[in-house]
Amino acid sequence: MTEYTPKQGLMKPNLDVGIVGYGAYVPRYRIPAKEISKMWTGGVGGVPIQEKAVNGLDEDVITMSIEAARNTLDRARIDPRQIRAVWVGSESHPYAVKPSSATVAEAIGAVPNTQAADWEFACKAGTEAMQAAIAFVGSGMAQYALSIGMDTAQGRPGDALEYTAAAGGAAVLIGPAAEAVAVINGSYSFVTDTPDFWRRAHANYPSHGDRFTGEPAYFKHVMGAAEALMEALDRTSADYDWAVFHQPNAKFPQRVAKQLGFKPEQIAPGLLSPRIGNTYSGSTMIGLTAILDIAEPGDRILMVSYGSGAGSDAFDLRVTDKIEEVRDRATTTETYISRRTEIDYATYSRFRDKLKMS
Amino acid sequence: MEVSRNWRLQEQRYKLVGETCDSCGVKLFPPRDVCLECEAPAYELFTFTGLGEVFSYTTIYDAPAGFENTAPYTVALVKLAEGPLVTAQLTDIDQEDVHIGMPVEMVTRKLRADGPEGMIVYGYKFRPSVETAVA
Repeated sequence: MTEYTPKQGLMKPNLDVGIVGYGAYVPRYRIPAKEISKMWTGGVGGVPIQEKAVNGLDEDVITMSIEAARNTLDRARIDPRQIRAVWVGSESHPYAVKPSSATVAEAIGAVPNTQAADWEFACKAGTEAMQAAIAFVGSGMAQYALSIGMDTAQGRPGDALEYTAAAGGAAVLIGPAAEAVAVINGSYSFVTDTPDFWRRAHANYPSHGDRFTGEPAYFKHVMGAAEALMEALDRTSADYDWAVFHQPNAKFPQRVAKQLGFKPEQIAPGLLSPRIGNTYSGSTMIGLTAILDIAEPGDRILMVSYGSGAGSDAFDLRVTDKIEEVRDRATTTETYISRRTEIDYATYSRFRDKLKMS
Repeated sequence: MEVSRNWRLQEQRYKLVGETCDSCGVKLFPPRDVCLECEAPAYELFTFTGLGEVFSYTTIYDAPAGFENTAPYTVALVKLAEGPLVTAQLTDIDQEDVHIGMPVEMVTRKLRADGPEGMIVYGYKFRPSVETAVA
C-alpha cells in the first residue's frame, strides 16, 4: 500500500465552482446567558456566551430556511427554476418524515424540476450539503445547487448546552466559478466515529459527553480537516485574510484558531457565537456570510465546520470582484444580529415549547 | 384539518401568487379568475412583491381553534403595493408598535399546526422590514 498524503484527500471538482449567492437568517429574539444562569445556578459562575438567538412561535427550520434562501436568490439574481438541488441541513427539521427542503423549494419557486433532500450530521449538516452541491455543479450535473444550514437547536433545561443552543443559519447557492462572489479552490472532509454528542429518535433533548466534546471531538476534527486542506493546497494561516470555525461556544473557535496559527483579527468578523449562540448546522455558514458581507475582492477565506459524531468539512475560498455588486442586494448578517428583542426565561420557555400543557 | 385544501392554496400562501387582468391590468389577490374592475377573465399568474402597508389592524386575544398557541396576535388589513387588500397576521412586532400606514413586507411563517402529529400549515404573514426594525 502506498503512503497516504493529505493531497490525496483534497476534493476538487472537474469544473471550477463557487458561491454565486448567499443569505443569512437570525430570528429577532435573544435570551441573555445570565438570564439562564439566574434560573439554574442562582446567577453564580461564568457563562459561555453573552446571549443566544431564539426563534419566535411561528418560526421553524422551514420558515427560516425560506428567508435565507430568498436572500440568497436576491443576491444571485438567477431564475430559481435553474436550481437542480435544494438541500437543507439541520438537526431540528419540523417533521421526522416529510422533507423541509421540498417546502423551501416550493416557496422559492424551484419546483418541480429539482432534487430536494434533508441532511443530518449534527452541526455540519449544512456544510455536508455544500460539499455535495460542489460535486453536483462541479460535475456538470447542475448549473446551480442550493445548500442551507439552519437550526432551532434543542437544549435540555439546566444543561450546559442550554446556554448556547440557538436558532439561525445561512444558505449558499453553488454555481459556476465565472459567476461566483467567492470561488471554492478545494475542500476536505475529516470524519471518525466519535460519540461526543447525540440525540436518540423521539428524544426531545440531546445528550453529550461533557469534556469529551473537546480534544477528541471538536479539536481533533477541526484541526484535522484544516491542517490537511492547508497542506494539500500549500497554504499556511498567514495566506488567509479571514477564517471561520464552527462555534459551539465562544472559547473553542478562538482556541482552535490560535492552535492553527490564526490571529484574533482573522476570525473576528465571523465569530458570532458570543452574540447569537451556537446555531448548530447554521453556525459555520452564517460565520461565512458575515465575512462575505465585509470581504474585499481577492480575500482568501478558510472555513471549517464541525459536527458531532464526528467530522469536519474545510473549504478554501477566494473572494471575487462580484462581491461588491451583490452584497447590498439583501439584508446583511449584521443587520439580522442587530435586530434584537430581549426575552426572559418565561417567554423563552413558551417560545421553545418547554411548558407541559397537559 | 383538510390536507387537500391547504395543499391547493399553497402557491398563494407561500409566495403571494395572485393574478393579473389581461384587459385592464388590475392585480388580484387572492386569485379569483375574474377581474374585480372590468369583469374580464383573469387567469395570468402574478407574484406580488410582498411589500405593502398596514391599512387597519386589530389584536386577537380570544383566538379561533388552531391559533390559540400564538395568541395574543395582531391581524392587519395590508394594502399591497400593487393594490389589493390582504388580511394577514403581523409578526416580529410588539402590538404597541403597530400603526396605520406602517410599511411591511411578506414573510412565510407557520400559520398553525394540526396538533403534535398532524400537518404544519405555512403561509404569508407581514412584518416591518428588518432594516426598519434595526433603525
